[in-house]
Amino acid sequence: MSVVLESVLEIHPQVAVRPETFGALAYHYGNRRLIFLKHPDVVTVVQSLNSYPDVQSTLSACGVAPERWPSFIAALSSLETSEVVRERQIAS
Amino acid sequence: MESPIATADTSVIEESSVAQVIGDLVADTPAIEAELLIEEISIDGMCGVY
Amino acid sequence: MSAKSLVEEMKRGLDAPICLTWELTYACNLQCVHCLSSSGQRDERELSTEEAKKILDDLRDLQVFYINIGGGEPMVRRDFFELLEYSVANGIGVKFSTNGAFIDEEKARRLAAMDYLDIQISLDGVDAATNDAVRGEGSYDMAIRAMENLKAANFGQFKISVVVTRHNVSQLDQFKALADHYGAQLRITRLRPAGRGADTWHELHPTNGQQREIYNWLLKHGENVLTGDSFFHLNALGESLPGLNMCGAGRVVCLIDPIGDVYACPFVIHDEFKAGNVRDEGGFAKVWKQSDLFLSLREPQSAGACASCGAFDACQGGCMAAKFFTGLPLDGPDPECVGGDADEALSIIARGSEPKPSMDHSKPVTLTRKKLSVSASH
Repeated sequence: MSVVLESVLEIHPQVAVRPETFGALAYHYGNRRLIFLKHPDVVTVVQSLNSYPDVQSTLSACGVAPERWPSFIAALSSLETSEVVRERQIAS
Repeated sequence: MESPIATADTSVIEESSVAQVIGDLVADTPAIEAELLIEEISIDGMCGVY
Repeated sequence: MSAKSLVEEMKRGLDAPICLTWELTYACNLQCVHCLSSSGQRDERELSTEEAKKILDDLRDLQVFYINIGGGEPMVRRDFFELLEYSVANGIGVKFSTNGAFIDEEKARRLAAMDYLDIQISLDGVDAATNDAVRGEGSYDMAIRAMENLKAANFGQFKISVVVTRHNVSQLDQFKALADHYGAQLRITRLRPAGRGADTWHELHPTNGQQREIYNWLLKHGENVLTGDSFFHLNALGESLPGLNMCGAGRVVCLIDPIGDVYACPFVIHDEFKAGNVRDEGGFAKVWKQSDLFLSLREPQSAGACASCGAFDACQGGCMAAKFFTGLPLDGPDPECVGGDADEALSIIARGSEPKPSMDHSKPVTLTRKKLSVSASH
């Protein structure tokens, strides 16, 4: 499944995000993948996913200009493949 | 030995190749920017560890 | 920001290591001829359980995600499981490197029940003759038995780690098959002239021709093979191998040794590369962030004699440890420079004059200890 503006996502619970000067380091304890988030904006977006109804509202709320949305969608798709983000699970 | 016609043909081919490359670049720009936003590194991919 | 500039950021060092190696003890049941830490006998100054837990607290606070535990043989420590469990409970994943001697059926089951744990079994030959020539009689059987026990206990995927030598380059395909047989992941790693490795490096390290074999094999078959990024000096041969392709020592990784000394990496246990001690005020965090050694390693490094070489961007001048312990200058070519640029300098270095490791915990040689058989290859 690839990410679209209507996707409802969350950071995977087994992922830790550690801030760095140029962005952040994301480490998935389960699959041991290590990913650098290379821009502060993508860090903010990833950490805000849970607080907004969908990707589009997250991007807006984080002040990401619409012309940059395609590259953020591509980045989120890649993060989904690595399981750093996933479809938001409804708590039962 | 190349004829003038062959030379002209070559330049036409070159121009359309260049146009193709530029077209590809434009189409790929979001992907290029996406590469700029994240980069995966193997946890085993740094030297100086067992 | 381009991919290259991410590496440039890493060369400047991070506020905390990404991962690090922690040698728990210098004690070991084996006496591998190439042991990078010259292990064998416990050091009486070894960190206590409480001191070890304090280190783990510091690493947790720094958000170090994952540590490589080794030694010596880490499982000889009585508090081995206690420290493993404390580490994982504090959000620090563990990979430990072992010769497998102590992974019996019961331990295998105990390990299989743990989460965020990875195991790396050391093996340097696909048969006892090749392996035991380097690691000692019975060590091949020890390692295979551990693998069988892990498999029977459904541990899941573990790693088999091979130090590539002149005598096992021809076995790479077989190592891959062995790993596949156990559902394990193969890791091959570069021999450095570190610790006891200095004594036999000239006879054991791969030849120039074999280096090319290793490189080509990795390009062709190395997709699921780990290397610890230890072959980046071979990138001068062509397309770069996967990995950061840079020396991580003091920048993104380091070593904590059994007595709490912090070194730039496990292959440079020498005062020249010692950053401090975790028992000093400020603990590990202060050593990582403020030691003179690490701050200087995070400065741009001079290419020195390699500045005019077109391959420098790819090979980065190779490995500090390889240069240091063969007596070469650090701002020049690696002893295994694929262009042969270090050959002349090496030829005039008197054997025995090279820097020696700061400590030697090797057990005294006994008459029964088997010497390395140089003709172990087939």
